[in-house]
Amino acid sequence: MSLIARAIEEAGIPTLSMSSARDITRSAWPARSTYLDFPLGHTAGRPHMPELNRAIIRDTLSAFETLSVPGSMSHLSYRWDENDQWKDKVFAPAEKSVDSDHQKNKNNGYEDDRVARHDTPQYQTEADELAAFKSHGDEECEICIGIDF
Amino acid sequence: MSSGMQDRLPPVDYIPRITAQYAGLGYGEYRWLASETQPAWTPLTKPLSECRLGFIATGGIYASGQTAFHFKDDTSYRAIPNSIATEELRATHFAYDLTDARKDINVVFPIEALKSMVEEKKIAELGPNSYTLMGGIYSTRRVIEDLIPSLVQRVLDDELDVVLLVPV
Repeated sequence: MSLIARAIEEAGIPTLSMSSARDITRSAWPARSTYLDFPLGHTAGRPHMPELNRAIIRDTLSAFETLSVPGSMSHLSYRWDENDQWKDKVFAPAEKSVDSDHQKNKNNGYEDDRVARHDTPQYQTEADELAAFKSHGDEECEICIGIDF
Repeated sequence: MSSGMQDRLPPVDYIPRITAQYAGLGYGEYRWLASETQPAWTPLTKPLSECRLGFIATGGIYASGQTAFHFKDDTSYRAIPNSIATEELRATHFAYDLTDARKDINVVFPIEALKSMVEEKKIAELGPNSYTLMGGIYSTRRVIEDLIPSLVQRVLDDELDVVLLVPV
């Protein structure tokens, strides 16, 4: 994502990148960024909490006018919960248990929870697949750009 | 002692944790983008409240009726009209827990909060479309050659004053 941010900035449009992975964003180094200390998958807030999500976006957008050093990051103050316990479990090996199977042992305690890299469209629902089929027909779609399968 | 907010733990360092997990699982090393030069900088030329804002999100978001993303270095993107009903938006991805995004897409695609920012006059307006993609693409070359030129041209055509990027 930061490659895209850097390219747009270079093309003459100011950009701001949201982040909930501080070290990854620092390494990629976009022009402006805001850091929200939430678990991955919640870059812009929490489900069904519109007021919180508006506050996050309001504070984020303010960084367009407050950040003045190229490549700098502003930290938002919001917390996910009271004790930050979620942080201990992120990408950590599964806790050793008596009945842990061979696979877990073989993988040094890590569980392989990654989804297979399918090379065909992965619809959320079957109805979406039908809707896509219906709306596309034989025509080339102008809003699904660069499809390579 | 008393309950209440405890001291914060420091931000999670994802790069060492994911590197250790991949090594534990016997996967090849993922090469994180490490930019060595300071990014270009384009100053705002007018107050944010007068700006037309565009936004780009990774996280595999598509609208019902569009072709969904696939999971193998998908460098395509979708233009999502900002007039769309939120219920029409979907999320599909291999790299993050989709549970909350499927409960409420706004956690990774803040369309409703951004519309509120127009009402609040924090920004002047939204561009005609949002753009969505997968991210997590292993081939930097394909991002640079296939994806970026087309996406940058779209952003220029939309005559945006500022762009917000929302990765997952």
